Amino acid sequence: MALKPALRSEVTGAAVERRQDARPKRGIWKRFEGLSHSSTLTAYLIFLPPALLLFTLFVVLPVVEAAYYSFFNWNGYGSPQKWVDLDNFIRVLNDPIFHQSLINNLLVIAVSAFVQVPAALWLALLISDRSRSSVVFRAIFFVPYILGEVVAGLIWRYMYDGNYGVVAVVFHWFGREAPQVLAERGWATAALLLVIVWKYFGFHMALFIAGRQGIPGDVVESAQIDGANRWQITRHVVLPMMRPVVVLSLFFSILGSLQTFAIIAALTDGGPSNSTHSAVSYLYTFGIKRMRVGFGSAVGVVLFIICVLVMLFYKRLFMREKEAR
Amino acid sequence: MKRGSLFLYYRWILLFVAAGLCLLPLWATVLGGFKSTGDLRTNPFGFPKEWITDNYFSIAASTRFWGLLRNSCIITFFTVVFTLLVSSMAAFTLAHLRFAGRRWIGTYLSLGLTFPFATAVLPVFIRVRDMGLLDSYWGVILPQVAFNLGFSVVLLRGFFSELPKELFEAAFIDGCSYPRIFWQITLPLSRPILATVGVLALVGSWNEFLLPLVMINRDEIYPWPLGIMQYQGQYGTDWGRVLAFVSLTMAPAIFFYLLAQKHIIAGLTSGAVKG
Repeated sequence: MALKPALRSEVTGAAVERRQDARPKRGIWKRFEGLSHSSTLTAYLIFLPPALLLFTLFVVLPVVEAAYYSFFNWNGYGSPQKWVDLDNFIRVLNDPIFHQSLINNLLVIAVSAFVQVPAALWLALLISDRSRSSVVFRAIFFVPYILGEVVAGLIWRYMYDGNYGVVAVVFHWFGREAPQVLAERGWATAALLLVIVWKYFGFHMALFIAGRQGIPGDVVESAQIDGANRWQITRHVVLPMMRPVVVLSLFFSILGSLQTFAIIAALTDGGPSNSTHSAVSYLYTFGIKRMRVGFGSAVGVVLFIICVLVMLFYKRLFMREKEAR
Repeated sequence: MKRGSLFLYYRWILLFVAAGLCLLPLWATVLGGFKSTGDLRTNPFGFPKEWITDNYFSIAASTRFWGLLRNSCIITFFTVVFTLLVSSMAAFTLAHLRFAGRRWIGTYLSLGLTFPFATAVLPVFIRVRDMGLLDSYWGVILPQVAFNLGFSVVLLRGFFSELPKELFEAAFIDGCSYPRIFWQITLPLSRPILATVGVLALVGSWNEFLLPLVMINRDEIYPWPLGIMQYQGQYGTDWGRVLAFVSLTMAPAIFFYLLAQKHIIAGLTSGAVKG
C-alpha cells in the first residue's frame, strides 16, 4: 500500500495560510509547503507502518490464509499440497457435533436475551442513582466479569461437583443423591448457561446503568410533575429511552457467544460426549489440538461467515436509526 | 410514604439476593482453600471447622505460582504498552494528517472488530512458528497487540480528532514537529481515553486463554490461565488445593479492581460501546 505523502496536512493547512499572509511564497514551492516540514514525512514513515504491519501480518493475512488452507488436507508441516476441494467444509457442515455446538451458541444467545438482559436491566434500574448503596452493589455485581473465564469455569466446576460443592449439599438437604451435573448431557448444558449468566450479567448491567444515567433528569422530572408513578415512569419513559442500549447489549451477547471458549475449556471441556462445545471450542478440539490445519481453517471460515452475516443482519435490522458507532 | 418504604424493602431484598448469588461462589472458593476434604464434603459454605492453611502457604511459597504471575505480568505489560504506543501513533496520523487513502486505512484497521480471533488462530500459529517465536512471550504479545488495534485505533482516533485544532496550529507555528506535538500535546491531553484503551487491553490480556494455549508449550513461560488448568489437571478433585490456587490467582485481579474500580467499570463498558 503506497502511502502518498501528503500534499498538505490539516494542521499544516492552517499554519501555511498564516505564514503566507506574512511572506508570500512564489511559484512551485507553494505546492510542497506541507512537505517542507520534514517532520510530516517522519510522521508517515514512523507512525503508521507499525500498526499496518502488525495488523496485516496477524489479523488480515491469517484470515485470507485460513480461507486458502481450508481447501487442503494439511497437518501444518511443509507446505499445503493435498488439495481436497470442499471436503473440509462438507465434513464440518455435516458433523452432528458441530451442529450441537452451533445450537449451544444459539442457546447462549437465547438465555442472554431472555434471562440475562432483562434481569440486568431490572437490577440496573434499581441502582442507577448515585447513592452509596448503589455504588457498592454496582461494584459487587461487576466482580464476576473481571475474573478470568478460566477462573469462573473452575470455580463452578467445584460448585457443580456432585461429591462436594453446592449441588451436593442442596440435594442432600432433600435427602437425595446428587447427580454429577457436568457428566450428564442435559444438565451440563444448563450448568454452562448458568455460569455464563453469572459471569456476564454485571457487564450488561453496567451498560444499562450508563444508559440510564444518560437519560436527562428533566425528562423524568416532568413525568413526575405530570403525576406519573414510579412504575409508569419506568414503563413509559425510561424503558423506551433505553432501547438503543438494549440493542447494543444484545449485540455484545451475540458477539460474546460466538467467542465462547475458555469457560467451556475449564468447566466441561466440551463433554459429556461432546455435547457442550461452542463453535470455538469445537474448532480448538477438532482442528487445533489434532493439528488438522485444513479442517480447523474450514471451521474458522464458517465461523467467520456466520459472524459477519449475523452482525450485518443485526446492524441492518436494529441499529439503523443510530449509527452503529 | 408507605408506598415508598415498600419500594425500599423490595429494592434491598432483591439487591441482597442478587449480590449473594454473585458472591457466593467466590466465598465458597476462598474458604474452600482452608478446608479439609471431609469438611468440604459436608460444609461448602460455612467457615471451616478447622482452618487449614497448608494449601495456601505451600502455593504461596512455590516458585511455580510466582512464575505464572511473572509470566502473565510480562505478557500483559508489553501487550498494553505496545497496544497504546502503536495504536495511538496510527490514530494520530489518521486524525491529524490528510493523505491519500486515509479513510481507506481507517476502515482497514477497523476490520478486525467483528470476527472472533479463533478464525485466524491456526494461520497465526503457523506464522508465529515460522518466525521462530513459538514458546516465547512475543508469540503471544504480537498477535494480541495486532488484535487490539481495531478497537483501540477507533477509540483513540475519535478522541484525538475532537481535541481543539487551535492547539496544534499554535504549536505548529512555533515550529513544533509532529512527533513532538504527539508526545507533548496529544498524549498528555488524552489520558482518559488512553486509560480506557489501557484497561481494555490489560484485562483482555491478563485473562487471555486461547492464544497462549496455542502458542506456548513450555511450563516455564506459562501465563496463569494455562498454569491453573495444568494445576487442576494434576490435582483433579483435591479441591482444597485447587481452590486455594484459584483464590490466589484471582487475588491480583480483585486487588487491582478494588483500587481502580470506577475506572475499570467505566473503561470496560464505555470502551466496548464505542469500540
